[in-house]
Amino acid sequence: MTSKTLVSATINGEPVEFLCEPHQSLLECLRNVLGLTGTKEGCNDGNCGACSVLLDGQLVNSCLVLGVEIEGRAVTTVEGLADWRGLHPIQQAFLEADGFQCGFCTPGILIATKALLDRKPNPTEAEIRTWLSGNLCRCTGYDKIVRAVQAAARHLNVAGQEVNE
Amino acid sequence: MQPFIYQAPTSVGEAVALLADPACRARPFAGGTDLLVQMRRGLFAPEMLVDVKRIPELNRIDFDLVEGLTIGAAVPCAWLCDHPAVRQHYAGLIDAVSIIGGTAIQWRATLGGNLCNAAPSGDSIPALIVLGATAMLAGPHGARTVPVADFCIAPGKTVLRPGELLISLHVPSPATRTGARYLRFIPRGEMDIAVAGAGAWLALSNDHATITDARIALSAVAPTPLWVKAAGEALIGKPPTAEAFVEAAKIAQEAARPISDVRGTAAQRRHLVGVLTRRALRGALQRAKGEACHD
Repeated sequence: MTSKTLVSATINGEPVEFLCEPHQSLLECLRNVLGLTGTKEGCNDGNCGACSVLLDGQLVNSCLVLGVEIEGRAVTTVEGLADWRGLHPIQQAFLEADGFQCGFCTPGILIATKALLDRKPNPTEAEIRTWLSGNLCRCTGYDKIVRAVQAAARHLNVAGQEVNE
Repeated sequence: MQPFIYQAPTSVGEAVALLADPACRARPFAGGTDLLVQMRRGLFAPEMLVDVKRIPELNRIDFDLVEGLTIGAAVPCAWLCDHPAVRQHYAGLIDAVSIIGGTAIQWRATLGGNLCNAAPSGDSIPALIVLGATAMLAGPHGARTVPVADFCIAPGKTVLRPGELLISLHVPSPATRTGARYLRFIPRGEMDIAVAGAGAWLALSNDHATITDARIALSAVAPTPLWVKAAGEALIGKPPTAEAFVEAAKIAQEAARPISDVRGTAAQRRHLVGVLTRRALRGALQRAKGEACHD
């Protein structure tokens, strides 16, 4: 056994301190140490994207990041999207466009969509499909997901509102 | 995953000391997109991971038109794809690093890791070989430089000696009238491992009528990424025509030593080498002439 390390980070805008072992992935730390179970474990080897989170604003698979690596850094999970006003416009768009069925891949796809629209507010359909190529959905066939992303882009652009960090 | 000690040194000296100490049983850790997966599968059980992402030399992209491009070994693919000068001058390298994994992998997977993982299918390796790249290493007995073409010696095996660390990759400055292209075949559009891949680099005479130098390298058709010197040499002194490219592609096909596996048969791979080499040469030619490459 190795000893536990104290990690200080910002998660969904809140300062957080937690203890973890070096071999624990960020995904394990989020789910099992911090109780943030919105982020899902699918393949646990970087293929499915269910565990997608933002690390300092960049899209990563949390199964391939060690918990100890986030010392001093900022993580956004699906729990960080909605605020007191209600669902994030991306979440609302997925709800209205039926952009999910079983919902297991949805937290990762919402986070990946946020990363895309933060970077590129008006992506083409091809850009959306390429960007989401690392997020597998076994239910929807992707068309509804793509339409939900397009709707989210429209809502965000029309509203011109700041996206939650 | 088996427990290990995590160290994140901030200098090359500290990292090499940890890696060279036999008692540490350490491995370097950058993006982790291969290493952590391999550790979960039980392929490696290091007792220490040395995170190299806090060492400045390994996390930097330096470019100037005289010195060329130096890419720190821990620089993730996404940084290269976002770098204006790399995009402008090294399109053949962008071809390769932009297709390693999906978006989330791109922010973690590194060019240095793609090379050190030494997969026969490593997309960036043929691209680096045809660009004439060299690997800068530091170790307990000092620094040395190895051409990328000589770096991989078997699947998963490299020339790295115990305790040695890849510091950076150097790509020569982009000469005028040169161009490079890397292409691979996969069954889906993205997020897959090459069934076969081909990189090509061409240099043209002043009037664009003659090929003055050429290099061709292949992925996923031999135990290591393969530099087919004879295919490039066959083009030197010839006009850059479809006939010349067909001839070079035939030499590349003959040099390939593909196997049949879950991704494709040997025959399919050999066929793909021909198609991809011809297309990569066409793309490299377009870029050498300063034209956009659409193929």
